[in-house]
Amino acid sequence: MTDEYEHYEAIVVGCGPGGAAAAARLADHGVETLVLERGTEAGSKNVSGGLIYGEESAPYTLADLFDGFREEATERPVTDYYIHNVAGNKVKTYDLTDLHEHDTDWCDAVLRREMDSWLERRVHEKTSETGGGVLTNVRVNGLLEDDGEIVGVTCDELEPITADLIVAADGVNSELAREAGLMDWEEPEEWFQGVKAVVDVDPDAIDDRFDIGSDEGAAHLFSGDLFDDVRGGGFLYTNEDSLSIGTVFHLDSLLEREAEPHELLDALLTHPLLAGWFGNEYDEREYAAKLVPDSKKAAHREPYRDRLVLVGDAAGQMQAQGPIIKGMNHAVTAGALAADAFAVTRGNADPAAAGRRYTKLLEDSGTMAKLRPRRYDLARTVGEREAVTSAVERVLESPLGSLAVGNPIADRLLERAYNSPLLVSMLPDTKTGYVSLPTLIAEEHGKTIHWESEIEPPTLEERIGDLTYDTDVGNPHIELLDQSLDASGAAVTACPVSAEDFGGGCYRSEAVKTNGTEETLVSLDTQPCVECGTCAVVADTEWEHPRGGKGVEYREG
Amino acid sequence: MIEGHSHVNNGHIPTGVFMRSIVLTKGVPDFSEGAVSFDEEGHLERGKTPTVMNPNDEFALQAALQTKIRHGGHVSGMSMGPPGYAEVLQGAMETVYTDDSYLLSDRELAASDTWATAITLSAGLETYQEEVADIDIVFAGFKTADGETGQTGPQTCWAMDWPIVTHVVALDIDPDERTLRAKRLVEGDVDEIETVEAPLPCFVVTDPEFEPTYRTASQRLTRKRLRAETEERAADHEEYLTTWDHADLNLDPDYIGLDGSPTIVSSVDPIPKAPSEREATMLDPDAGDGMGEVLEEIQPYAAEAGD
Ligand SMILES: Cc1cc2nc3c(=O)[nH]c(=O)nc-3n(C[C@H](O)[C@H](O)[C@H](O)COP(=O)(O)OP(=O)(O)OC[C@H]3O[C@@H](n4cnc5c(N)ncnc54)[C@H](O)[C@@H]3O)c2cc1C
Ligand code: SF4
Repeated sequence: MTDEYEHYEAIVVGCGPGGAAAAARLADHGVETLVLERGTEAGSKNVSGGLIYGEESAPYTLADLFDGFREEATERPVTDYYIHNVAGNKVKTYDLTDLHEHDTDWCDAVLRREMDSWLERRVHEKTSETGGGVLTNVRVNGLLEDDGEIVGVTCDELEPITADLIVAADGVNSELAREAGLMDWEEPEEWFQGVKAVVDVDPDAIDDRFDIGSDEGAAHLFSGDLFDDVRGGGFLYTNEDSLSIGTVFHLDSLLEREAEPHELLDALLTHPLLAGWFGNEYDEREYAAKLVPDSKKAAHREPYRDRLVLVGDAAGQMQAQGPIIKGMNHAVTAGALAADAFAVTRGNADPAAAGRRYTKLLEDSGTMAKLRPRRYDLARTVGEREAVTSAVERVLESPLGSLAVGNPIADRLLERAYNSPLLVSMLPDTKTGYVSLPTLIAEEHGKTIHWESEIEPPTLEERIGDLTYDTDVGNPHIELLDQSLDASGAAVTACPVSAEDFGGGCYRSEAVKTNGTEETLVSLDTQPCVECGTCAVVADTEWEHPRGGKGVEYREG
Repeated sequence: MIEGHSHVNNGHIPTGVFMRSIVLTKGVPDFSEGAVSFDEEGHLERGKTPTVMNPNDEFALQAALQTKIRHGGHVSGMSMGPPGYAEVLQGAMETVYTDDSYLLSDRELAASDTWATAITLSAGLETYQEEVADIDIVFAGFKTADGETGQTGPQTCWAMDWPIVTHVVALDIDPDERTLRAKRLVEGDVDEIETVEAPLPCFVVTDPEFEPTYRTASQRLTRKRLRAETEERAADHEEYLTTWDHADLNLDPDYIGLDGSPTIVSSVDPIPKAPSEREATMLDPDAGDGMGEVLEEIQPYAAEAGD
């Protein structure tokens, strides 16, 4: 039955770091590989904070797979690394260089449009040599099945295509992983939401204000009381001629606090600590947002079904190592390993042979242990339980708590603790780790900042206005299934381009009178959507990505 | 590694079939704002107005490209005009990846009307068949942005004695049967579409509604490869350009240029109705009736030509 379809040996869906690594490695093995990317160019749909790690222990890094990657596709290498504990105007800064350098061969800041489009060109060159290539503006919209077995993909723009291997490197909110029944979009606890601004700053001013050379870069993290008790933190990374500044929060915590993501970002942007780095000028190039899976909870231990393998965010392989976020590097490792697995099982009659081998390679290379440490599963059961949390919280709030944290020895110990990869990876995801402790540290040890910030970030309306969209008129990619406040109301605040009392966003709630009774209903307009994926989890929707080339187009990422 | 090499074609790129197409393009003054230049009396200053490709030829080129991508083959751009029209052909190469260009250019050809142009173009096609290769399809756009007569295509076709399909919005070719199936607008009406069939070789006049479709990955990869290859080729366009003058074309100067042009433009007001907007049915050159219709269509101009 499937004979009539076009066939490639391997199909890779998505040309982010995971897809690029998989495709490059497949081409190295001589496999005829077709890469399908929905963006008009790779990177036009993608967002990251921006630090890509080359881990010493990783079997593959982008620099191994692509000659010239660091010279041509990245911004600045990170040479300085700090965390700032903030309590009001008091800030206590720790040098995190030790933690940052642990297992780090290299680490560069990146902007995704530039990085991914560079990768796309290299991948096209490589895959063309083995009979395939990269096609952009093509959205895969489903799996092709034959008698219940996955044999290929279906697309909005092309006829169905079959393949011996299908790599779902389609990122967070992977439609393929969901259709295969491997991932769901149900639990807010399994996700972070990342929001980011790219701010224009002159390269000389960056060197000057961060006290770095033109081939050096700085990374700053922020935690404490500036985010309205929402669990998460902020980051600032230096690019060649811009700054990437953003926030990453636990999605369940955002919902609990009914926080507005853009306001939390603004809280960081307008903190006096950052004022000096802007030089009282603020020129935002781009506002962006995306969901981020939490590998500790979401990484699939057996990410395959039939000929389909999941790599990167699609498989939940995004590691939040305390304040350090590692998604891109693991996507690269996983993509390359999936390709290797296919190469050694090529010709095997069992369609799932590659997937099984890939799973084993993830284990054997130690990747799965980083992504989903078993010790975390243990720590979580104790540490996250509400009762324990509040007990610890009460201690911290007590005079005893500040005494414990506040003495000079504690200060040194704390800095060391922050730099311990083991402790950091075990820090349970509670308010304690993100908010209470940093706040206390700042109160006890922090220096007070005596100036104000005069920065005025753009409004949500201005941010949406500055983005580039190719709207698929009359063909919205998200359908709101349940308009009730109960089912979908959370999206009004959690959607990064919507807000309570803002009519120009995606989600809004309005009081509607029917038969004399007044009811508040939620409505949706997908035009300003930045495809972050949040409402797929927090609202009752039928959620898809737009057709190839349609929707938002990031220029920075 | 022989294994690896067999993947390069993998049956995705059609082999064994080869369609040779010619696209007729024309340069027109650039009417876009800022580019166009008029003298004090409001007459168009051709010399000062840049020349661009007739916008409607774009659709003919797209149709030719689709044929090449789907079936493999070769596309030549052909234009008649002053040496400056080479740029138009170069533009065609850049946008739709023609393989080479043929410019019919001669001072004797200046001031040709549509009739003389048609004679010259058909001489160009004849010469091409003799010196280069047999042609399967000739594509032409619909109306030029300046003359707006829409006659050149049908007239050239008549001169070649091939069937013609006009107002084409979609195209399918069966290279084995050597037939072409086209969806065309009936009376230029977007709501009324008919499907017609014609034997090759034939003439295709595309409608601005023409949309190429590439529904397989291999077609899209081929298009991408052609684009990359063309970038180099277009930069070096002269290498791929052949210019033919009236001697090369074996044309008697009496029948071409101003002398061979029966049409005298007295005023630019009454734009003759394009023949293709009339009842343009599919014509089979073998069936005498069909050709009779073409002759009828062309009759007024042919009669004038004899005056
Ligand atoms: C604010 C923020 C900060 C972050 N900070 C960091 C950081 O500092 N360091 C780090 O390593 N990671 C960071 N991450 C995480 C990182 O961005 C991801 O883990 C990483 O991008 C995952 O790579 P991937 O290849 O799996 O998926 P992606 O990079 O998301 O690529 C998926 C690709 O698939 C395409 N696609 C999706 N669906 C389809 C479809 N149906 N058909 C065709 N194509 C499709 C997309 O267009 C995209 O190009 C951050 C994320 C955010 C949001
Ligand atoms: S509508 Fe949904 S996917 Fe789009 S930006 Fe808002 S939350 Fe994200």
